[in-house]
Amino acid sequence: MNNILPLTKPVTKNLLGIAPEILLKWYDEMLLIRRFEEKCAQLYGMGKIGGFCHLYNGQEAIAAGSIGAITPDDYVITAYRDHGLAISKGVDPRRILAELLGKHTGTTKGKGGSMHLFDREKNFLGGHAIVGGHIPIGTGAAFACKYRGEKRVCLCFMGDGATNIGEFHESLNLAALWKLPVIYIIENNKYGMGTSVDRASSIEALHKKAAAYNMRSAVIMDGNDVLKIYQTVKAAVDHARSSYEPSLLEVQTFRYRGHSMSDPIHGHYRTKEEVETQKKLDPLTVFAEALKDAHLAADEYFESAEARIKSIIEECVQFTESSPEPPLEELYTDVYAE
Amino acid sequence: MPVVSIREALNQAMDEEMARDERVFLMGEEVAQYNGAYKVSQGLLTKYGPKRIIDTPIAEAGFSGIGIGAAMVGLRPIVEFMTWNFSLVAFDQIVNNAAQMLSMSGGNFNVPIVFRGPGGAAHSLAATHSQALESIYAHFPGLKVVMPSNSRDAKGLLKTAIRDNNPVVFIESEMMYGEKGEIPEGEYTIPFGVGEVIKEGTDVTIVSWSRILQHIAVKAVGRLAEEGISVELIDPRTIKPMDWELIFNSVKKTNRLVIVEEGWPFAGVGAQISHEVSNHCFDYLDAPVERVTQEDVPLPYAHNLEIASLPNIQKVIRAVRKVMYLD
Ligand SMILES: Cc1ncc(C[n+]2csc(CCOP(=O)(O)OP(=O)(O)O)c2C)c(N)n1
Ligand SMILES: [Mg+2]
Repeated sequence: MNNILPLTKPVTKNLLGIAPEILLKWYDEMLLIRRFEEKCAQLYGMGKIGGFCHLYNGQEAIAAGSIGAITPDDYVITAYRDHGLAISKGVDPRRILAELLGKHTGTTKGKGGSMHLFDREKNFLGGHAIVGGHIPIGTGAAFACKYRGEKRVCLCFMGDGATNIGEFHESLNLAALWKLPVIYIIENNKYGMGTSVDRASSIEALHKKAAAYNMRSAVIMDGNDVLKIYQTVKAAVDHARSSYEPSLLEVQTFRYRGHSMSDPIHGHYRTKEEVETQKKLDPLTVFAEALKDAHLAADEYFESAEARIKSIIEECVQFTESSPEPPLEELYTDVYAE
Repeated sequence: MPVVSIREALNQAMDEEMARDERVFLMGEEVAQYNGAYKVSQGLLTKYGPKRIIDTPIAEAGFSGIGIGAAMVGLRPIVEFMTWNFSLVAFDQIVNNAAQMLSMSGGNFNVPIVFRGPGGAAHSLAATHSQALESIYAHFPGLKVVMPSNSRDAKGLLKTAIRDNNPVVFIESEMMYGEKGEIPEGEYTIPFGVGEVIKEGTDVTIVSWSRILQHIAVKAVGRLAEEGISVELIDPRTIKPMDWELIFNSVKKTNRLVIVEEGWPFAGVGAQISHEVSNHCFDYLDAPVERVTQEDVPLPYAHNLEIASLPNIQKVIRAVRKVMYLD
């Protein structure tokens, strides 16, 4: 299997003239996601997190770059690999961790767990665990934006595997036909569980599926390049705001961990070398180097960032550990709206 | 007698039937190269090759429908759902096509297909990944619904399912795949519609199946025995067809019935059993039929809420004491 990302592509060099504080915010966000996921892995290992837990390590640049291209008013929806996107969308990481430990202070009071994070205030439409099931929902949010005459958009994230299910195709057709302001973003991490893209999709260039629906599309070959992601998503978002037209974007990326915490890191479906090679292109490392080269940050900055993030993670743990379990009465709440 | 896990028993059933009948093949997500998400198809790819052990994309409606079409024209597919929750994506195919084809086509096309995989709750998988769906499938005429609770039944019933000329919904339990039990030596099948008395008793009849039978009902029955309450425990093994005679005869003896199931109460399998028993055993009943089910809410993630919602030993004991007017 030759699924290796191109080794030569550096992070977009000129940094696109983006304000330094925004770039550093993205870096911090990516670092927070990375450390958050590492903490999750540890807590899962200790048996404190249950169920299925899918980590985002390796894909952080997609969250920071894509969500960096929208405003808090815009909607985001994704599948079950949702911690990173939730963090980038501004969901309180303390409440995410509390959710993962089934605490009452969690994003859904402990009802949804890792795969079902939600935050109405932050316009984060979830965490969805049935593959492809959320794609029409994201399309529906975009429908509502247009219906109300707003200029908001919805970013609808999905895995490569999700592009093979019917709901993906029905949604794309409807979004293109009805001109809905939705940007579909395929996080192509090369595998759906143990199945590589070429064994699941008749076409490996997944963004080309847009052609069948007469939809604009783009591919980002280097999903470690946060600026390239930002730039591409921004163009699609601007287009959606001005014309209500959807886009299909494909980002080539890689997950460092197993499919979920209960799966092996490489198993038989990919090699250790493949994982190790990909890790050398780490999105955090390449971004840090670009920031250094541009003299926007020096070693001290990265050390202080580590320290800051470490204390945020500690706060998350403390908040979670001191939070109560949901009371039993919660079992019967939220089944029907008032 | 050999002792094997339910996982191995299911594997043997598929292996033997594939060896016996060229028309049988297995299709589903991760069933081939990964040996199954829960390793039920371990080794089958090596033995039968990619023509007969087929990895699919995540496309439940598509590959279920492909199975149905292939079955209509002479093949005998086994379609694995990684879990039964994902069958809901293929609900149209299973209901409108598999279940109704024979009748709708006036007998032109039968659909000999097995849909199988784990159903019900595991640990903290939350609402979308924890559903016990037997009642909705049993609702549809044309489908048979099978729910084994041990290795012997898993193997014998799956072989019967594969040989059956109708669509069969075969629901396993993720939490029981590793549980071991004796199976008969050599070739055997177990017919549909024949339940089993797991334990004879005189005071109350309990009907339960699959994981809830083994993990909850059996244990509750043991505790009740310590209190001097003698429970007759019945495993129907197949939900549809249901072994009504076995249940009626037991109730006629004990005069009391408790049904313990994992699914939700409204229109659950237990509701149907309760109706049939009140119809056929009305004069024998000494108490209204009781049911223990999951609470009527989507299953939450948090461990404390999850265990509070699902049937447990205490709830079963309470129901039994109630039909005996002991509380
Ligand atoms: C309809 C449905 N079928 C099967 C599954 C089981 N499942 C969960 S994740 C997954 C793989 C998805 O891969 P991909 O879309 O590439 O996302 P990734 O996990 O790589 O982020 C599968 C098969 C599911 N959740 N829903
Ligand atoms: Mg993937």
